[in-house]
Amino acid sequence: MNNSLIIGQYVPGNSIVHRLDPRTKITIIFFFVFIVFFANTLISYGILTIFALTSMITSRVPIRFILKGLTPVWFLIVFTFILHLFVTKEGTLIFHLSIFKFYSGGVIQGLAISVRFFLLILVTSLLTLTTTPIEITDAIEDMLHPLNKIKFPVHELALMMSISLRFIPTLMQETDKISKAQASRGVDFRTGPIKDRAKAVVPLLVPLFVSAFKRAEELAMAMEARGYHGGEGRTKLRELKIGKHDILIYILFAFVIAILFYTRSY
Amino acid sequence: MRKIIEFRNVSFRYEDEQPWVLKNLSFEIYENEWIAIIGHNGSGKSTIAKLLNGLLFPQEGEILIDGKQVNQDTIWDIRKDVGMVFQNPDNQFVGTTVQDDVAFGMENRGFPREDMIKRMEETLSAVGMQDYLLTEPHRLSGGQKQRVAIASVLAISPQVLILDEATAMLDPKGRTEIMQTVTDVQSENELSLITITHDLTEVVQADRVIVMNEGEIWREALPREIFSLKDQLREIGLDVPFITVLADELNQLGVPITQEPLNHEELLEELWTLHSKT
Repeated sequence: MNNSLIIGQYVPGNSIVHRLDPRTKITIIFFFVFIVFFANTLISYGILTIFALTSMITSRVPIRFILKGLTPVWFLIVFTFILHLFVTKEGTLIFHLSIFKFYSGGVIQGLAISVRFFLLILVTSLLTLTTTPIEITDAIEDMLHPLNKIKFPVHELALMMSISLRFIPTLMQETDKISKAQASRGVDFRTGPIKDRAKAVVPLLVPLFVSAFKRAEELAMAMEARGYHGGEGRTKLRELKIGKHDILIYILFAFVIAILFYTRSY
Repeated sequence: MRKIIEFRNVSFRYEDEQPWVLKNLSFEIYENEWIAIIGHNGSGKSTIAKLLNGLLFPQEGEILIDGKQVNQDTIWDIRKDVGMVFQNPDNQFVGTTVQDDVAFGMENRGFPREDMIKRMEETLSAVGMQDYLLTEPHRLSGGQKQRVAIASVLAISPQVLILDEATAMLDPKGRTEIMQTVTDVQSENELSLITITHDLTEVVQADRVIVMNEGEIWREALPREIFSLKDQLREIGLDVPFITVLADELNQLGVPITQEPLNHEELLEELWTLHSKT
């Protein structure tokens, strides 16, 4: 099995964006996603684009990783743009081709929607590119902490997430092993009609599930032997800390919001 | 010497109506002692480990750890004193990285963060894994994972360390690694060590060996005495090490080997002294 296996899309690095508290990143992205829909003038779009691009550049994540994150949505962006060209009938007529009439409003609307899409995808993929899944888990556990009061099992949820993350590579290695073992016994996963190939998955899934359950049982016993008894009275090794950078970025972001609302037209 | 573990007439079975896995078992283990428990599959040796840690409870008899009886009320205290390393290296690795896994046991017991970092450095150096703090488990070999498991148990400073077939799933290199680590750990720390195995070569360094058969203690003796019982060991389904067989055959050919050799150095020593005498 390859050794370069990376869970999620995390690109290791040591930039300011990498070192920000994951809670800061999640909070800012949460609000960013909202305010993107409030932008409606050139300057307001400009300020958001500058913010997103600056974060991207300071993160020092190679461009190709970001483009890879955008691949599934390129189609959507182009499609909505074209749709707006044909459908929106506002503004002045700029081009006339037999039955098709293109209006300036369509171009502007189409561009605006495309930019929104682009910005949304850019900032959200920046989160997963610069934050390890376990940091995100820690942040979620911490941010959902108040829900403990209504008996929501926050700690258990976070533990489940981190154990899943821990076992993804193990189970992938196992799948690889079982599929080779079954292939050597004549199971064909690659050719034949879809129906046959779907059937061929059964001898792969059954042993995988059996072993996963066995693992779960042994893991539970090992955890108990090491004194695990729920989240009560537990301390944590991994620590989340709001630093200087976090405060700066919050202030900066507040400015961005202020300028956005000042420059947007009502 | 202080008694750390005491089994008093312990009987255990997994379910009613099923045959007893352990029958009226009594033995004692002392402070700083290295005990090897050996037996073939189904002899009840792993059940002993689970009883010691409160993962199972006996139907009859009682188990005392450092004077405390093992029952539902005391298990959390007992588990602070008794650390356990299991057979499968993958299925006992809880953390996403080495440091998270070593911290897991300490987190459960509410250690302050600074203590955790200090203990983590100490125990990982003790098993020679200090350079792997941030490594994920799928990048480690089986032997390395088991060393991390030993470190994470040592981190909570237990009085008793149990290795339940901890080398069974490893390759020969991993096996030597673990045995070396265990020997170092035992000599540097104040703790009683219980190694459970079906491999006779792993009992050589123990202070005392308990041989289990059919849920009962078959013999309790020094490693050398156990090695000399080769024919009987074979009868209860245990493999006798090559050196023991060799010494036996030499004896039959008329080479007088007086002391039962535990490893090849000892046999070599015996042979050359014999050679220089004649």
